[in-house]
Amino acid sequence: MSVVFPFSAIVGQEEMKTSILIAAVDPSVGGVLVFGDRGTGKSTAIRALAALLPKMRVVVNCAYNCDPQASEDDLCEACRGTRVKQTLKSRRVPVPVVDLPLGATEDRVIGALDLESALTRGEKSFEPGLLARAHRGFLYIDEVNLLEDHLVDALLDVAASGENLVEREGLSVRHPARFVLVGSGNPEEGELRPQLLDRFGLSVEVKTPTDLPTRMDVVRRRDDYERDPAAFIARWKRKDGKIRRQIESARANLSEVRVPDAALERAAQLCMALGTDGLRGELTLIRAARALASLEGEDAVTDSQLQRIAAPALRHRLRRNPLDDAGSTTRVERAVEELFGA
Amino acid sequence: MTGEAALGSSPWDDATLAAALFATDPVGLQGVAVRALAGPVRQVWLALLRELLLPETPVRRVPLHISDGRLLGGLDLAATLRAGRPVAERGLLVEAHGGVLILAMAERVAATTAAHLTAALDAGEVRLERDGLTMRSPARFGVVALDEGVDEDERLPNALLDRFALPLDLTAIGTREAIGSLYVPEDVAAARQLLPQAEAGDEAYNALCGAALGLGVASLRVSVLAMRVARAAAALGGRTAVEEADLAVAARLVLAPRATIVPPADSPEDEEAPQPPPPSEEDEPQSQPDESNDESRQEDKPLEDVVLEAAQAAIPADLLAQLMQAGQGRSRARSAGKAGMIQQGSLRGRPAGARRGEPRAGVRMNLVETLRAAAPWQRVRRAESPAREGRPRVEVRAEDFRITRYKQRSETTTIFVVDASGSSALHRLAEAKGGVELLLADCYVRRDRVALIAFRGREAELLLPPTRSLVRAKRSLAGLPGGGGTPLAAGLDAATALADGVRRRGGTPTMILLTDGRANVARDGTGGRARADEDALASARVVRSLELTALLIDTSPHPQPKAERLAQEMGATYLPLPYADARTLSRAVMAVGEG
Repeated sequence: MSVVFPFSAIVGQEEMKTSILIAAVDPSVGGVLVFGDRGTGKSTAIRALAALLPKMRVVVNCAYNCDPQASEDDLCEACRGTRVKQTLKSRRVPVPVVDLPLGATEDRVIGALDLESALTRGEKSFEPGLLARAHRGFLYIDEVNLLEDHLVDALLDVAASGENLVEREGLSVRHPARFVLVGSGNPEEGELRPQLLDRFGLSVEVKTPTDLPTRMDVVRRRDDYERDPAAFIARWKRKDGKIRRQIESARANLSEVRVPDAALERAAQLCMALGTDGLRGELTLIRAARALASLEGEDAVTDSQLQRIAAPALRHRLRRNPLDDAGSTTRVERAVEELFGA
Repeated sequence: MTGEAALGSSPWDDATLAAALFATDPVGLQGVAVRALAGPVRQVWLALLRELLLPETPVRRVPLHISDGRLLGGLDLAATLRAGRPVAERGLLVEAHGGVLILAMAERVAATTAAHLTAALDAGEVRLERDGLTMRSPARFGVVALDEGVDEDERLPNALLDRFALPLDLTAIGTREAIGSLYVPEDVAAARQLLPQAEAGDEAYNALCGAALGLGVASLRVSVLAMRVARAAAALGGRTAVEEADLAVAARLVLAPRATIVPPADSPEDEEAPQPPPPSEEDEPQSQPDESNDESRQEDKPLEDVVLEAAQAAIPADLLAQLMQAGQGRSRARSAGKAGMIQQGSLRGRPAGARRGEPRAGVRMNLVETLRAAAPWQRVRRAESPAREGRPRVEVRAEDFRITRYKQRSETTTIFVVDASGSSALHRLAEAKGGVELLLADCYVRRDRVALIAFRGREAELLLPPTRSLVRAKRSLAGLPGGGGTPLAAGLDAATALADGVRRRGGTPTMILLTDGRANVARDGTGGRARADEDALASARVVRSLELTALLIDTSPHPQPKAERLAQEMGATYLPLPYADARTLSRAVMAVGEG
């Protein structure tokens, strides 16, 4: 079933949509976590993203989506060997958005001995897992807070190092696995492990809209889509196309967007005022603001982008007081207001 | 006419209507949550549903402790061994494609099973990534969840409830009422034909969405489902346009049972002027909404109000009373509290990889890993042993056996027992609360679960069943009132019972008692210090006999000999805190937890 609800048809939830687009423009921002109420289109938005991503070049017949232009370290063993002898053949494929379903077993996530060839031909070969398939793309985990601990451990390790090292069943395989981690979940089911939380560049909170017109729009569009998906997708095709072009040009122009000293200073001030740990927050804030500026066709980062992206970039990095109901969002907003206020 | 039947229908009529609606569009409505004990009424209802569904509809039953492999599919071991290459097996979810899945004892369903169901319901397919297999198979089905919960706390996981169109309560229906049906299979067959053409106008969306807001039904999924129910109702009524009566059915069956607030328009005695219907002010006398002249009034009322009214008539009386009494915050907290129960199943020992070992009683062999271990040797082994008749395609030897390791993470549950009596409350309750909050923060860092019991007046109350949601914990702590007597024995008993339960489920309970030790209410609720003290000490000895890890924090301004004595009897660490220094408190608890 390749039909998905069109991204442009998602009503409201601007922060979520912006954050997802930012991750698509600049993977180095470090992924998005979407946490919030049930039935707010969290997974819909992420699945819809797949349809919007521009294609990428990969080496033909490479199980790891290797980039033919990549540096030595970023190639899998096979491609590295081949490139010494000849130029790598490549083709354009859609950017992978890989689902990590709940209940996935460890062997499928990190890869394992290929049972088929082992049983039928007695050959010992490696069957790449989901992490290999997600290389250079997105790895999506719905209900991320329900993910089993041993999988989280495996994931954390790979996400930190950018490569997957498999040592099992007498196999020893190392392959690149650099992906944008996207997670969603409902806080009612339990909180996220702090280490995992830290892996996400942006953290978005979604709430159910409470005004009637918005709610009617959501219900009606969902209903229209369910009743005739093809017609509905056709109707939103142009708007989706516009977003796709926006992502493409934002990617192309990203390196041209200037980050003036004033903006750097602002970001530093904001992080200091909030007492965020380490430099990661500042870095993410700047990168996300730059990607946002690029999406909006600006050539430099201004206060406007910093202001809007501050909450998703910083709210999960505050030294947490889990009992503070007012929550980190309010704290970020307050700090933004104080700093940028008139 | 359906309209009239809809207004004055009996619970059983509604139940049959729900069956007919679900049979009309099981995939679209996604589910019915049937709350009833196993018994004749449920049996009759299920038989009716079976009759109304098309004869070829697949119906599969999911037992409570189904394995992931059977639910989602995986490697078919017997076939794999026979064929000598991996053979996939379809899971129940895929087998139920186009039909109905019956979920038994749904109130106890494991969190992971629930998550698989929701994933399949959302995607309309099963994405399999296990046992070396990668498959996508269509799986569009409706669920009949049999909820046999008795207590308020025993319910379906919210994630499932949110996706099922029809919550249906059969508990109040007597065996004698459960007779007959308003619908026959032919009605449903005709409705299935009509359903794709059933159209709804703007005002229908407006009415249902407005009613959902008015009733405090936040989830948008529910509104979408309500619309589908309205469509199915129209089709069942032989119409292609959704009418008022259909919306009323949707409001009654889908929205009303989930109401979290009583809409202001509903109670005429209410001081506030009704907000939603502005036109009603001018053209209506201040008459009570009376059943008899309802018909005549309906015409000049906005559709939304009609729908809302239909829903209100169906809000269960006890729910209404609860809402009236406690207001919305409380009811939300309650419904949120249900999620805590579900998680226990999945945390008891999770698979954590496999290792070499003999499959003895008590361990579970990991077949896939065993095969993996055997696979590389097949060629060698075949060469070793001469070919003979009936030789298995895959030779598995003892050294290949792999068993699944389960990580039994013994989870710590910290039970806070807070003395909220008058003597404590006077000057210390607020400080104690502060201290508990800090402790809660610690528990958060350590991923512990927390529970909260308070005692005051005559009895102890479990304010918060074991949970990991600290927001919820804080909420119940903030709402903790103080004052009244000190039923110390009751508090200790409640905590002991809870701790025992935690231990039975494989957890490690730690008890933290905050009190000044001055009991003045005995176990049976009567006053009198002497008896109260005696009872408290007796309860304390039970704690000791169970060898529970405990900490007693004396919250009185001057250390109390009574509290110290109590701690001794409990076998608890005694910690006088003349000044509620939250940091010391937290350190002390950590020390107890480790010791």
